[in-house]
Amino acid sequence: MPALLARAVPWLFVAAFLAFVAAFMLAPMVTVLVQAVWGDHGPTLAYVRQLGEYRYATAFANSLILSAAAAAVGVVGGGLLAYALLRPGAPGWLRSAMTSFSAVAANFAGVPLAFAFISTLGTLGLLTAQLKRLGIDIYGLGFSLYSLGGLTLTYAYFQVPLMLIIITPALRGLRAEWRDAAENLGATVWQYWWRVGLPVLWPSLLAAFVLLFGNAFSAYATPYALTAGNIQLVPTEISNVLSGNVMESPQLGAALAAGMIVVMTAVLLVYWLAARKAARWRR
Amino acid sequence: MSARLGPVAVLAIVLGIVFFLTPLIVTFAFSLWEGGDRYGFAAYRSLVGDPDLWASLLLSLRLAAETMLLGMVLLVPSMIFVHLKAPGLKPLFEFIAALPFVVPAIALVAGLSALYTGPAWLIGTPNYLVIPYFFLALPYAYRAIDVGLSAIDVRTLTDAAHSLGAGWGQVFRLVLLPNLSTALLGATLLTLTIVMGEFTFASVLLFKTFAVYINDTGSSKVTEAAALSLLSFVITWAAMLGVLLTGRNTTDLGGTH
Amino acid sequence: MAVVALQAIRKSFGGRPVLAGIDIALAQGELVSLLGPSGCGKTTLLRILAGFERPDAGTVRLDGRDITALAANRRNMGMVFQSYSLFPNLDATDNVRFGPRVRGVPRAEQSRRAEHLLELVGLGGHRHKFPHQLSGGQQQRVALARALAVQPDVLLLDEPLSALDAKVRAQLRSEIRRIQRETGVTTVFVTHDQEEALSISDRVAVMNEGRMLQVASPAAIYREPADAFVARFIGAGAVLSGRADGPAVRVGAVALPAAAAAGHPAGTAVELFLRPEHVRLDPAATPPSGALAAEIRELTFFGSLTRVRLALDGIADSEAWADVASDRADGFQPGLRVWASWDAAAPRVLARV
Ligand SMILES: Nc1ncnc2c1ncn2[C@@H]1O[C@H](COP(=O)(O)OP(=O)(O)O)[C@@H](O)[C@H]1O
Ligand SMILES: [Mg+2]
Repeated sequence: MPALLARAVPWLFVAAFLAFVAAFMLAPMVTVLVQAVWGDHGPTLAYVRQLGEYRYATAFANSLILSAAAAAVGVVGGGLLAYALLRPGAPGWLRSAMTSFSAVAANFAGVPLAFAFISTLGTLGLLTAQLKRLGIDIYGLGFSLYSLGGLTLTYAYFQVPLMLIIITPALRGLRAEWRDAAENLGATVWQYWWRVGLPVLWPSLLAAFVLLFGNAFSAYATPYALTAGNIQLVPTEISNVLSGNVMESPQLGAALAAGMIVVMTAVLLVYWLAARKAARWRR
Repeated sequence: MSARLGPVAVLAIVLGIVFFLTPLIVTFAFSLWEGGDRYGFAAYRSLVGDPDLWASLLLSLRLAAETMLLGMVLLVPSMIFVHLKAPGLKPLFEFIAALPFVVPAIALVAGLSALYTGPAWLIGTPNYLVIPYFFLALPYAYRAIDVGLSAIDVRTLTDAAHSLGAGWGQVFRLVLLPNLSTALLGATLLTLTIVMGEFTFASVLLFKTFAVYINDTGSSKVTEAAALSLLSFVITWAAMLGVLLTGRNTTDLGGTH
Repeated sequence: MAVVALQAIRKSFGGRPVLAGIDIALAQGELVSLLGPSGCGKTTLLRILAGFERPDAGTVRLDGRDITALAANRRNMGMVFQSYSLFPNLDATDNVRFGPRVRGVPRAEQSRRAEHLLELVGLGGHRHKFPHQLSGGQQQRVALARALAVQPDVLLLDEPLSALDAKVRAQLRSEIRRIQRETGVTTVFVTHDQEEALSISDRVAVMNEGRMLQVASPAAIYREPADAFVARFIGAGAVLSGRADGPAVRVGAVALPAAAAAGHPAGTAVELFLRPEHVRLDPAATPPSGALAAEIRELTFFGSLTRVRLALDGIADSEAWADVASDRADGFQPGLRVWASWDAAAPRVLARV
């Protein structure tokens, strides 16, 4: 009997974990998905249709644009920075300093980050004031920290380091021989990147873009602290419904949340298909 | 150095350094501002004297510890057993570890608050936050532990210990945990940074954690906000330094925001 | 006519000289091996030839034209690297087509060349495999075809076989030579393996510590090494230090017959090099004339030959070798006393530096 018990104990742990996931991850997820199409009197598409209203359509559009832009900025900026730091001429100390800084910055969470940017580039920010003293009125020139552009800039502060961390191993995988061979065969630098470098990196870049997209899409604290609701984004709209700031039924919140889940699922699906195709030569 | 780096690389590095350092330096300068032309540590002094700061900091630390504990009980043993006895379940675990990516924090809050309206002992105390925090940290903790498990030969270690007459409990305590300590420490510190910075759940569920305190204080007092920003950066830095020194696995240092 | 010429090439890395004035010229269609120990500067010299590195001083000429400053991608040289140089995202055909393609060669011609060259290197049946689906030897064949696809003026091979196992290495070596003869392309073949260099080349260029020591045919390198380093590096044999003394080299009380010693003033410090195939062994009780007493120390069986290590009487720590046909080595065993002798004309004598 004790032997049987001993054999069962491991499974109890696994069962406990799965039960926990089912109760607090899957069940809420299903609830959200169901609630989105279930009104007080049975199934309805009313709430899903409500997402088409100007306010919520804008929120989705803003969230998608912001996430795509922040992911693109992160992929390009972080990719270039990682590439530059891996060049043979880059000093080693700078490389390790940047890597450990990136580990911090990639985790530098929402509210403090928002405040740092407000202190720097907000309407009363120190840099804004200094630039104004020099005759450059950035707000007069159309810049605003509290816009989609400003948010993208702020997001870049964690997206670029995150990209640097996740793309560095892939960049290290690019062998010097490929570059030399390409050059030897008569290729220019651009031809090398176009025909070899980027195709080899493509699966990693795609994965990085999706990760960065998801990271930006689910960001809540940064836009909350930065824009205080001036810009409609899906996460802030959900929180408005949840906290009763707007007089809407909880089903609308569920519909919005379901929308986010659908978007992320779609993004992952597209990624999965594209990555299969891009990595054809690996299998 | 520029001769061998090329202009694109030099430009990228210089812009990167400027972009990374400017907000930190300017925020520090801003935090010293005492109005007019006066500068000093007034913001820091007022923060240190604010009991709410310490209360919220302690709450966040306590929640981080509880989250880690929950991970130790729920995640670590089942991951080890799956690794050892049921590799067939691994895809399921991978899927679960990826779920928090598909269900953003705010969507999970929506689901949790729709589903659970009681009991009060669960949802009425800040401890409730440990549940969503567990899922927030799950992808990172899972990855760190998975790397650790692949690095050691769990099966041989376990078989050796069993052959020497050790029971599961002893194997676990005396053999596996010590050999996994680096991976576990990495997972722990990642959990710490994630929980310390988490705002979404606490704010919507109305608990006053450190991040919520920063937000509340910062919206009314600007220089204190700057000081808190830097303080938070330093805490993240300390935890990450720990991760870098212990784990040296640089692929999974990303967090959620 | 020399098609490729390197003149007085110098190169240092971080103040440390790696090439200290290298001169070498290759004739049209010739295969020259660069042979030398690891780290002696072979790759650096090849990279200078290919245009990846600029020499600090000296000129690189192609058909008399100074191309020292010409970028690598403007030179018409095909290079094969040690390993892993195939583009992983392109299949064998596309790897071979890469060069013609970036040079704007018409598509039909690209395909024609790829097909022809893959056939030439024996991979006609693997045209659409990706690099990771090919063995190491097959990958190097594709790399060779790829380098030939640009119809290079010069083919450069940097230890192309060193990552392969022995059997594949020997086979691919002779195929490289066959293909080189068929295409008639002037070739520089870098290796640290003397057997490889001697078996494949028209001429061998021996390098050490950034200097060119000797450039000659394989037979000449083996028979008439120009200096002590080459003599030691190439082939096996005894190296005995002594003083010239008429037609002999005197080591302590022992006089070793060596006609070449007469060319050195009596009493000068010299080294005597003696190949194993020149040493005869005789276990008879009475010495043949001019023979030296010796003791067998070790036998190594090489199939048809057995190599015998000897200690010569009267010379402390001396080591000499003799190759004996295996069917005549029956009675030999360590500890056996024998007489060793050789033609006085056989040893090479070089001034000690
Ligand atoms: N880019 C470089 N920077 C610094 N030192 C180098 C570089 N390339 C080669 N060296 C040095 O030059 C010497 C010769 O190298 P190499 O030409 O690769 O030798 P080989 O190919 O004969 O083994 C070595 O000591 C090597 O360390
Ligand atoms: Mg080399």
